[in-house]
Amino acid sequence: MTKPKIAFYWCASCGGCEEAVVDLGENLLTVVELVDVAFWPVALDFKREDVEALDDGELAAAFINGAVRTSEQEEMAGLLRRKSAAVVAFGSCAMFGGVPGLANLYESQDILDVVYHEAPSVQNSAGTLPAEHSRVAEGELTLPAFGASVLTLDQVIDVDYYLPGCPPPAGLIASAVTALVEGKLPGKGAVLAPDVALCSECPRAATKPDKLLVRAFRRPHQVFIDPELCLLAQGLICLGPATRAGCAAACPGGNMPCTGCMGPTSGVIDYGAKALSSVASLLDADGEDEITARVAEIADPVGTFYRYSLPASLLHRRVRPAATAEKEEVAP
Amino acid sequence: MSDCRYQPKIVAFFCTWCTYTASDLAGISRLAYAPNVRVMRLMCSGRLDPQFVLAAFRYGADGVLIGGCHPGDCHYQEGNYKTRRRIELLRAVLRDLGIEDQRLRLEWISASEGEKVQRVCNEMTEELRMLGPVRLERPQRAVAEPAGESR
Repeated sequence: MTKPKIAFYWCASCGGCEEAVVDLGENLLTVVELVDVAFWPVALDFKREDVEALDDGELAAAFINGAVRTSEQEEMAGLLRRKSAAVVAFGSCAMFGGVPGLANLYESQDILDVVYHEAPSVQNSAGTLPAEHSRVAEGELTLPAFGASVLTLDQVIDVDYYLPGCPPPAGLIASAVTALVEGKLPGKGAVLAPDVALCSECPRAATKPDKLLVRAFRRPHQVFIDPELCLLAQGLICLGPATRAGCAAACPGGNMPCTGCMGPTSGVIDYGAKALSSVASLLDADGEDEITARVAEIADPVGTFYRYSLPASLLHRRVRPAATAEKEEVAP
Repeated sequence: MSDCRYQPKIVAFFCTWCTYTASDLAGISRLAYAPNVRVMRLMCSGRLDPQFVLAAFRYGADGVLIGGCHPGDCHYQEGNYKTRRRIELLRAVLRDLGIEDQRLRLEWISASEGEKVQRVCNEMTEELRMLGPVRLERPQRAVAEPAGESR
């Protein structure tokens, strides 16, 4: 019997998701016994031509991590979509945009200016910027196009399954691969993780007060964190109540508040809005001035509540100022 | 509308006990005000999920107005206090996402304050008229999709 073929690919990501596959440890050998890895640029020497040579739908599954911003990533996502029976958005970046998605707070030109001109460590007196086409003595060189915003994988191609996490926990990866091999995958569109809030598996859950009120929010470096007590009860912004379980509460277990990489449970459209709602209602302040002061203490609200999900959010990106936006008809 | 100036769209969420009743009173009292406000009735301003506000902006609102009972008057004791905290934090998030503070307004309007409904709706319509429309973007690819392949 021929083994099902699978592919791994990365788009805009840090490499942590690839690391998570390796983190399967010896179980990786079991996986390799069950499936043929037909494409995995990080680990194996297959090329794009090898994928192009496959029949459409020949891959049982493609696990694609990373958000999408360049034309190359769009092309590869499209190619793998054609060649695969199932596409799995692997990790928070592919699923929600992830940390690279916070680039949607800026214009692409601003990003290029900082990276190629303004950063203190940059020496670029010629003012060189990456160009899609440049002519050199040997001929023409090309680079992929840089998109205006960071996109989630399902904003580019049709996605069958979602595996959240930054990176996805090894246990969830293993059960996803097992389900794939055994043909026991759930219906299309399913998130391959439990559908309950993180608090349900948090080792600190028992210490969560019945009526939780927070006088002032604190950041982890400002307090000595009690290793047993509910982090919200210590004034730390822990997003556990708004976040999907499945990671065995790795961060609260490691004395750090949850930052929400697993995304929301089902039924939530906009993770950040839900997360800020749950945090704001814990605030023990009634007067307008006091509320304003407490809220002002939350450093970087977008980075706190949309750390992994800005491209997937209802607003998708920062609204462009009117000066750069196109003129819109104002007549009724 | 005979008025051919730019007409901002405002989505209003009014609590049924105070502000919605006040807007009824405004109508019964024949108080004319800007027709730019579309009112949704909630049982309490505390029912307002911040997702509603973002969805309103996503689907075409230029401003969102929330009306609840005065502090201390909430039919459910503390729903309006929770709203006040959530809206303040949501406003901080929206500010960083390029949505001006004036586009999200929270007002306490009791059942007897019909004229306050009139004043707030008129004021907000004028302010948004100065600001112009919100221009939200849909996700755009780096390379335009070939015709016929779009999902």
